[in-house]
Amino acid sequence: MEGLISLAVKAIFVENLALSFFLGMCTFIAVSKKISTAIGLGISVMIVQSITVPANNIILSYLLKPGALAWAGFPDIDLTFLGLISYIGVIAALVQILEMILDKYFPPLYNALGIFLPLITVNCAILGGSLFMVERDYNFSEATTYGIASGFGWALAIATMAGVREKLKYSDIPDGLQGLGITFITAGLMAMAFMCFSGVKL
Amino acid sequence: MSQTRKQLLTDPLVDNNPITLQVLGICSALAVTSSLNVAFVMSLAVIAVCGFSSLFISFLRHYIPNSIRIIVQMVIIASLVILVDQIIKAYAYEISKTLSVFVGLIITNCIVMGRAEAFAMKNKPFESFVDGVGNGLGYSLLLMSVGVIRELFGSGSLFGIMIFEPVSNGGWYVPNGLLLLPPSAFFIIGFIIWGVRTWKKSQVEAREYKIQTLEEH
Repeated sequence: MEGLISLAVKAIFVENLALSFFLGMCTFIAVSKKISTAIGLGISVMIVQSITVPANNIILSYLLKPGALAWAGFPDIDLTFLGLISYIGVIAALVQILEMILDKYFPPLYNALGIFLPLITVNCAILGGSLFMVERDYNFSEATTYGIASGFGWALAIATMAGVREKLKYSDIPDGLQGLGITFITAGLMAMAFMCFSGVKL
Repeated sequence: MSQTRKQLLTDPLVDNNPITLQVLGICSALAVTSSLNVAFVMSLAVIAVCGFSSLFISFLRHYIPNSIRIIVQMVIIASLVILVDQIIKAYAYEISKTLSVFVGLIITNCIVMGRAEAFAMKNKPFESFVDGVGNGLGYSLLLMSVGVIRELFGSGSLFGIMIFEPVSNGGWYVPNGLLLLPPSAFFIIGFIIWGVRTWKKSQVEAREYKIQTLEEH
C-alpha cells in the first residue's frame, strides 16, 4: 500500500506527464485558454487514463508478453512487437465506447465533456501513460494507481496553466511573443516550479 | 494545384512551420532535444513516418469510408511506427533506450495525423508524400536547432564531440546545467517563436485585449 501511495505522489508531482515529460503538449497549449474548459478536458483525460492504463496492462500480461499466451497453449509466442498498434487500438475503442455510454446514460456529462473525447484519442499523455506502464513493468494494481495519478497530474497542470493564462491576457507582451510564445515560456516556468518536487519521497 | 511541389517541400520550413505556427507535435520536440544524436534519429523517424503515412493514406483515400477514417489512418501510422521502432532497436540500440517511449509516441504526434487529415485525404500520392516529407523537415529543423543550443551550451559538445572543453576536464567552459533539464526546452522554443515572428510579421497573433494608452483618452 505504501508503495502505491509513493507511486501516486511520484506520478502526480515528480514525474508530471505534462511538465516533466511534455506529454499531451499540443492539447495542453491549445485548450488552456479558459479554466472551465481546461478542467473539463482534465477530468476527461483522468477518466480515460484510469481506464486505458489498466486495460492495456491486462492485454500486455495475458496476450502480448513472452509466454503470456501459455493459457491458450502457446507458451513460446512473443507478440510484444504488436504492442503499439494494440494499445492505440484499445485507446481508440475505449474512447469511442465511453463516448457512447456517456451519450446514452449521462447526457449532461456528455454535453460537458463530449467535445473533448475525440481529442483524447490523439493525446500523447494517454498513449504515453500506457507506454510508461509497459516500460516500467507495472503489475495490475500499480498500473491502476499510475493511471489515476498520472491523469490527475495532467489535469492539475492544465488547470493551473489555464489559471495563469486567464490573467496573462491582460498583460502587455511584445508582439512576437503574443499567444504561443509567452505560453511556452510560462509552461517552462511552471515546469521549473514542479522540479522543486523532485526531492519529495514518501 | 495552386502550389508547386517545391513550395510543398519548402513552405513548412519557416513560413508554415508545424511547430511554431500550427502548434502540432510539440511533445517530442521538447523531450528528445537534450542531445543531438537522439534528436537526429528522432527527426529521421518522423520524416519517414510522416512521408510514407501520407503516401499510403493518399493511395487509399478513395476507399476509406469517412466515418472510420481516423481509425484507418491510425492503423497505417501505427504499423509504420512499429517498423521504424524495430529498425531503430536493431541498428541503434543505445539511442532507442534514450528515446524510450517517444518513438511510440510518433503515432499520436499531431503532425502526422494532421497532414494525413488535412492534405493526404484530398491530394494525389506524390504531392502528399512531398508534403509529408516537407512537414517532417520543418519539424526536424526546429528539433535540431533546439538540440544544437541545448547540447552546445548544456554540455559543451555537438554530436557527442567536445567543442567547448568543460571546467571539469581542465578546460574553460562552465556548462549551463539548466539547459539539460526539461524546462529549458520550453524557453528555447518560446524564444525561437519570438524570433520567427519578429522576422515574419504576418504570424503574429492578434491581442485579445488592447491596453489603453493615455493619448487615446
